[in-house]
Amino acid sequence: METHAEAGKEGKPSCASVDLQGDSSLQVEISDAVSERDKVKFTVQTKTEFSVVRQHEEFIWLHDAYVENEEYAGLIIPPAPPRPDFEASREKLQKLGEGDSSVTREEFAKMKQELEAEYLAIFKKTVAMHEVFLQRLAAHPTLRRDHNFFVFLEYGQDLSVRGKNRKELLGGFLRNIVKSADEALITGMSGLKEVDDFFEHERTFLLEYHTRIRDACLRADRVMRAHKCLADDYIPISAALSSLGTQEVNQLRTSFLKLAELFERLRKLEGRVASDQDLKLSDMLRYYMRDSQAAKDLLYRRLRALADYENANKALDKARTRNREVRPAESHQQLCCQRFERLSDSAKQELMDFKSRRVSSFRKNLIELAELELKHAKASTLILRNTLVALKGEP
Amino acid sequence: MAAEREPPPLGDGKPTDFEDLEDGEDLFTSTVSTLESSPSSPEPASLPAEDISANSNGPKPTEVGLDDDREDLFAEATEEVSLDSPEREPILSSEPSPAVTPVTPTTLIAPRIESKSMSAPVIFDRSREEIEEEANGDIFDIEIGVSDPEKVGDGMNAYMAYRVTTKTSLSMFSKSEFSVKRRFSDFLGLHSKLASKYLHVGYIVPPAPEKSIVGMTKVKVGKEDSSSTEFVEKRRAALERYLQRTVKHPTLLQDPDLRQFLESSELPRAVNTQALSGAGILRMVNKAADAVNKMTIKMNESDAWFEEKQQQFENLDQQLRKLHASVEALVCHRKELSANTAAFAKSAAMLGNSEDHTALSRALSQLAEVEEKIDQLHQEQAFADFYMFSELLSDYIRLIAAVKGVFDHRMKCWQKWEDAQITLLKKREAEAKMMVANKPDKIQQAKNEIREEIEEWEAKVQQGERDFEQISKTIRKEVGRFEKERVKDFKTVIIKYLESLVQTQQQVSHFCL
Repeated sequence: METHAEAGKEGKPSCASVDLQGDSSLQVEISDAVSERDKVKFTVQTKTEFSVVRQHEEFIWLHDAYVENEEYAGLIIPPAPPRPDFEASREKLQKLGEGDSSVTREEFAKMKQELEAEYLAIFKKTVAMHEVFLQRLAAHPTLRRDHNFFVFLEYGQDLSVRGKNRKELLGGFLRNIVKSADEALITGMSGLKEVDDFFEHERTFLLEYHTRIRDACLRADRVMRAHKCLADDYIPISAALSSLGTQEVNQLRTSFLKLAELFERLRKLEGRVASDQDLKLSDMLRYYMRDSQAAKDLLYRRLRALADYENANKALDKARTRNREVRPAESHQQLCCQRFERLSDSAKQELMDFKSRRVSSFRKNLIELAELELKHAKASTLILRNTLVALKGEP
Repeated sequence: MAAEREPPPLGDGKPTDFEDLEDGEDLFTSTVSTLESSPSSPEPASLPAEDISANSNGPKPTEVGLDDDREDLFAEATEEVSLDSPEREPILSSEPSPAVTPVTPTTLIAPRIESKSMSAPVIFDRSREEIEEEANGDIFDIEIGVSDPEKVGDGMNAYMAYRVTTKTSLSMFSKSEFSVKRRFSDFLGLHSKLASKYLHVGYIVPPAPEKSIVGMTKVKVGKEDSSSTEFVEKRRAALERYLQRTVKHPTLLQDPDLRQFLESSELPRAVNTQALSGAGILRMVNKAADAVNKMTIKMNESDAWFEEKQQQFENLDQQLRKLHASVEALVCHRKELSANTAAFAKSAAMLGNSEDHTALSRALSQLAEVEEKIDQLHQEQAFADFYMFSELLSDYIRLIAAVKGVFDHRMKCWQKWEDAQITLLKKREAEAKMMVANKPDKIQQAKNEIREEIEEWEAKVQQGERDFEQISKTIRKEVGRFEKERVKDFKTVIIKYLESLVQTQQQVSHFCL
């Protein structure tokens, strides 16, 4: 299936507000996106008229390049956009297509419409996520100067990055496990004290925050899905009521028909409530879940650096006592110290940025969510009232 | 006779009406006299005349053949027939008129079982109800509530007893407010009695709520969880609706069994309603036999009205079922939504706790509170959905099944009539044959026999025809009444339901502020 989505200027991400301060000379946007059989092609454009076509794997490659780069160890790397996943939607469409004989034609058309809208929504979301990723990179004073980034933005040809094959994926898994084991070891290591209160506080905060936000995100998803189911339920009800209404010859006729109409409209409203919740709440939670994960990674790296520093200190001491290889030990220790200092500084900055970003984004989204819910509630009250008046008015 | 009447206890504003309508008075006189004069009354002779007349009341002034009918009715001791009740205008306005209007019971009931002794003077009063022209609104001033389910006994012999409260100003009840305790099998017993009396004559008897072995067993065992309380609540509401529907029916309201059910404190246990009893098995066998019969009877439908109505009810049935299924799905999903919202509220609260930015933390905990309230709302809405909408639909599905049963009875009646006609024909042929053959000695006796048989069968044919007509007429009226009731019911329920939705949405906007 081919769908085009004009992301363009309206493709501004609704899930996370990114303050594009700093040098506005580098503006990145995804101006177009095409969904083919099993991949999505994004057209990435910069203001300075570079335009390339990238696929999801290339984004991932870019992200990994950043992560593996030692220079950026002290920075929070923006989380990679999630894989475009149309599986669920596609399955549902297929099931619908297989046909359910008890479903009338109008019902079928409506359900198909719903599913198509859902598909489109998922599509738009994935475009937005990719765009946010790039824009954050562009906004960050350090990250934007990365060579790989320029390659990504400018190299006209296919970057020939293949998706991770199974071995690499497995490798990725193992690395994660090793990392968490390492972290546990480091923290449990006696003698490693956190010198800085700020970081200690941040650590505990982040750990807790991350688990809770993940929890909240999952549940918000479930709420959204249940709401969507509810809205979809109105379709068969509305259809049954209208067929009842056409059958009746007495006063119930108009009542039923009006009721059918009412449910139809209610359904649209409920659907909108569900999707608003999805955009404002769930997406935001999800994004910050990933962001907090990135922050945690940063803290881990710093911790690792601290551990290295401590080890280097110990080695230096040992070398001094033995009076052998003092020089290399000293230089190593110097290096470690410098690295650690550097990481700590940038980490502090980054974490504060993270916090402010988070607060403003939450605030904006929550306010918008409340306003939208209010609007929808008012609208549905209105149509319900109207129908009530109409029904009561009839003899 | 007429002079003896004292004004009805309720009829504060109505005694003048009777003076206006001479017809009514005359009819009353004739009624009473007819009854007193009928020799072969099936009633036990011990019953005073008052009791008999009590069961009669203002017959339609327009029905001429009324007296004759009644004579024949009494001749036919085993048949139970009811007169047409006058056409009632539908109640379209929802305000109840003040409780002054006396009820117009309009049928003659000759119960098969011996009637219980009723308080004579009270019953007699009831007979002077409004005449047809007066019946501008058949608002039955009787309110029934079913409440306070409590568990009696324990173990497998436990049962739930419900309190049935009646508030009425109808004179046929001895008090204006009374309540009794009944258990579920009592309700079933009442229904089976009413059904056996009225169903085959063409009245649509509202069906009782269904048995549920699983549900009851859980209650008996004593599980105090939410599903068993829900079950009890569901059953209580269903019983209440059942009783309310039953008393709305003007004919059924007159029934002594119903009155006994509502009034007397002790009721004989209706054992044959148990699922695994002899009567239960008999019922199942009967049902199967009926189903087979239905397939074999080919009726010549002379009346297009019936065919059309039957078709209509078929369609209605199908569509109600579909709608019911969708509404059940809706209820289920709404419950899910409320559960999920509750879970989300909790995690949002926790998130708010861990957030160190104070304003955001406060905002998040507020969000959590709001979500929790919304969850409550959703739950309430789910209950509302269920009780109003979905239960109404299932009630009507069962009612339509009862209606179909009535139509089937009509078919059986027709069948009987046909059979009687055929037998009569055969007997006539036999007589004719005998006329032709010349057997002097046997002739006289055989002739007499045949003659008698022919007379008997002729009478039966006539009776069958009359029954059939009767049942057709009754069904027409009943269906008309049923339709009106249905319209009313649906409308009120829909309005209530929509109002509840409005309420919910308003609350949501209130919270989001």
